[in-house]
Amino acid sequence: MSQTLAINERQDFITTKGRQKAHLKCDADSIAGCVSQRACVYCGARVVLNPITDAIHLVHGPIGCSAYTWDIRGSLTSGEELFRNSFSTDLKEQDVIFGGEKKLSAAIDKLAIKYNPKLIFIYSTCIVGVIGDDLEAVAKAAAKRYGIQVIPVQSSGFIGNKSAGYRAACDALFRLIEPADRTMVGKDKSINYLGDFNLAGEAWIIRDYFRQMGVTVNVVLTGDASSADLKKATRASLNIIQCAGSMHYLAGRMEETYGIPFMQVSFLGLHDTADSLRRVAAAIGDKEVLARTEALIDRELAVTAPVIEDYRRKLAGKKAAVYVGGGFKAISLIKQFRELGIEVVMIGTQTGRQEEYDTIHELASDGTVILDDANPSELEKFMTEQQADLLVGGVKERPLAYKLGKAFIDHNHDRKHPLSGYVGAINFAKEVYSTVCSPVWKYVRSGDEGCE
Amino acid sequence: MNEKTDYRDVNENPCHMCMPMGGILPIKGIEGGMVVIHGSQGCSTYMRRYISEHFSEPIDVGSSSLNEKGTVYGGEKNLKQALDNIRKVYNPKLIGVLTTCLAETIGEDINRIADDYLKERNLNNDLVIIPVSTPGYGGTQAEGYFRTVREIVAGLAQPSPKHNKLNIIVPNISPADIREIKRILALMGVEYTLCPDFSDTLDRPYLEHYSKMAPGGTKLEDIRGMPGAVATIELGETVGDEYSPGRFLADNYGVPLYTLPIPIGVKNCDAFFNTIKKLTGKPLAESIKAERGRLLDAMVDSHKYNFAGRSTIFGEPELVYAVSQLCIENGVYPAVVATGGAGAKLTNLLRAVVAECPEPVAILTESDFCEILEQSRLHQVNIAIGHSEGRYLTEHGNIPLVRIGFPIHDRVGGQRLLAVGYTGTTLLLDRITNTLLENKYRTYRTDMYDLYYKENSGPPAAAEDEVIGDDGLYSL
Repeated sequence: MSQTLAINERQDFITTKGRQKAHLKCDADSIAGCVSQRACVYCGARVVLNPITDAIHLVHGPIGCSAYTWDIRGSLTSGEELFRNSFSTDLKEQDVIFGGEKKLSAAIDKLAIKYNPKLIFIYSTCIVGVIGDDLEAVAKAAAKRYGIQVIPVQSSGFIGNKSAGYRAACDALFRLIEPADRTMVGKDKSINYLGDFNLAGEAWIIRDYFRQMGVTVNVVLTGDASSADLKKATRASLNIIQCAGSMHYLAGRMEETYGIPFMQVSFLGLHDTADSLRRVAAAIGDKEVLARTEALIDRELAVTAPVIEDYRRKLAGKKAAVYVGGGFKAISLIKQFRELGIEVVMIGTQTGRQEEYDTIHELASDGTVILDDANPSELEKFMTEQQADLLVGGVKERPLAYKLGKAFIDHNHDRKHPLSGYVGAINFAKEVYSTVCSPVWKYVRSGDEGCE
Repeated sequence: MNEKTDYRDVNENPCHMCMPMGGILPIKGIEGGMVVIHGSQGCSTYMRRYISEHFSEPIDVGSSSLNEKGTVYGGEKNLKQALDNIRKVYNPKLIGVLTTCLAETIGEDINRIADDYLKERNLNNDLVIIPVSTPGYGGTQAEGYFRTVREIVAGLAQPSPKHNKLNIIVPNISPADIREIKRILALMGVEYTLCPDFSDTLDRPYLEHYSKMAPGGTKLEDIRGMPGAVATIELGETVGDEYSPGRFLADNYGVPLYTLPIPIGVKNCDAFFNTIKKLTGKPLAESIKAERGRLLDAMVDSHKYNFAGRSTIFGEPELVYAVSQLCIENGVYPAVVATGGAGAKLTNLLRAVVAECPEPVAILTESDFCEILEQSRLHQVNIAIGHSEGRYLTEHGNIPLVRIGFPIHDRVGGQRLLAVGYTGTTLLLDRITNTLLENKYRTYRTDMYDLYYKENSGPPAAAEDEVIGDDGLYSL
């Protein structure tokens, strides 16, 4: 790095491939005042559980937590739409003083009667963690009253970062999927697909690939899943995980408790998509499945590869900066950019795990800056120093990239087009092209030359 | 109203946000202003995302990132570390420290911590810290906004010699609105201190070099001198005294306070200009008279189209009040007026103005979008006016939405929407009229066909909900 950082403590979280330490610090609390891009425990839990289509998501807390997460993800549904509402107990000062259990109970009553749901998640927020409302007791009583499932999600904001929220969501899911009949565990020759939230129909695209291969997807966690689908989750004989940050913990618990093995997949980019489909086929071990998988890959590549090649000719030599939520996405993006002839020169995540950073380090080319839990000033510094042409990130990062005159790729939860699979790879290339090669940069970069 | 009790137990799709969200905006409108949210990390991140998406601007906000330890033993160490780090990277002149639910519930004394910090670091002459109590459960973003403006003014104001400037306090309007008020004042040759001024800081021009701190904002020196002003004009009819910066200046320094609505609509614009004239003796510029004339001309041109509108108006109280008046002036009579907060002052103000409406108006406070939708259906509303969360009304109630206010997330240009002054009013009115026209033209051929073409029809069918408002009777 050409200069030291303003905040010393951040030095441990950043490294340059080939020039500095191979390991960086990660999975730690954000440093106060560093303007971390991370969200909170509740947010982590909510984004994982939110796509469950027929669930009531009731936030026990002040209004903000609910307001900022209303219909937040572009998760699509083929069934109910209940999940697209945001319900809140809208706690007020007197609730904080006298406790909020009564209000929570009354809120559940109203919702249970009005919507007749099968499943209610109650999310704990910061103040609930402090005032000590007994969510378990309220949930238990309500479940009994209405004969439905009411599951508390222990997501008080201060107990950790977004990763702790993923774990809280996984704990809630683990309760939900507990089978009534243990004899059916692992009996189906189907797979569960973990860590796809069906943004812009991505889970549907991947499901269709498996259909063509002759592999049955039992349930997707949690994109377009209903509570009834999820209750059958333990019947599958294999779990495949895409978003490892959010689902690795659940997969581990399912293996431990139900003996269902898991494997890591990724459907971002041509290479990872083909590789993941082949590995799943190999795990199934059926010759016909293997043959159909190869046929599928050939069919899709015949259409996709020439399109990608065309974009590659237009984009080769550009440099990318990546700042995303989880490690799996970062790893895949390095490979996916290479398919387009683009090198990643800066890469970081909000919640990447040590082993993911090891892989990133291994994959990255020399001189690439790798950083965990970055902030705007670091993103600005390294994007500029590394002369990146574009940034991949979320909503908060977009205006910064644009102010710096950099192109930008929206790899967030709100996007309206799929980035998974072969069609996703084309969309991705098209998006990179549309932002890197837009005519606006010509005017922006020539500064004030145009006016006298 | 028994029904209201239901909504107090559970809010279904919020129409308001929390206090610290509102507090960030004014601090971003102070020169060299930076924000630290005292609470857990997520609060600042959510708010940054929300504000950033509306303004399309980088929104850097620090957090004291309270963890379990800080929650149990107190967050003083975290807050001081946050202040240190923010100073290192941003070198601000002023830091607003906003509390959250968490900080308030564990009883953090931010005034004391701020005082100690300035003493310990020997910064009393170089940095201003404005601590503001903004518990998320204590009120809405609108109250957080005004409480923060009040604390900024109270924290900086000093006894000052009399000068000839006006204090202008603005609510959460767009950067374009603020620029328009400044343009008008400059045209009239009026000197002023406008606070908070985020017209540049939250709507930056593209520049060759990026700076972490956005240039612009109300100058600290100008705020210090506010007690010497001729008078304060506060665009805050719905603001409670305890949140009012103008009330603070009046009570503590004797600065006369003129409370006005946002200048949207003929009457409100007239009130604004008349007050300025009264205070400064400056007459209305000829070009502004022409703007007024053009607004009247537009009102006449569109009046029959507008008369077909039945509106739902929702959002922050101050904007809701002004937009309701605009709608009444033009015959787009409000049927439902809603705000997410308690809105006691708003209700009284609205009662007086809706008396003109030919039909009763549902005034909803502590409301949510579920209730707003129900009431809009019940009252056969055909146009909604408010922020982008109102897209729910379009998706579920087929009610077109005219976007104004904060936030606007599903369209670009929220920061550039102009609605104040005679010209701004004309632009907003045109958007309302055109939305009514667009919606009418979109369906009128099929509507008329369905209503009148009977050649192939069997026995008479029951009328459907969807054609409500389009009964085929004369309406343009």
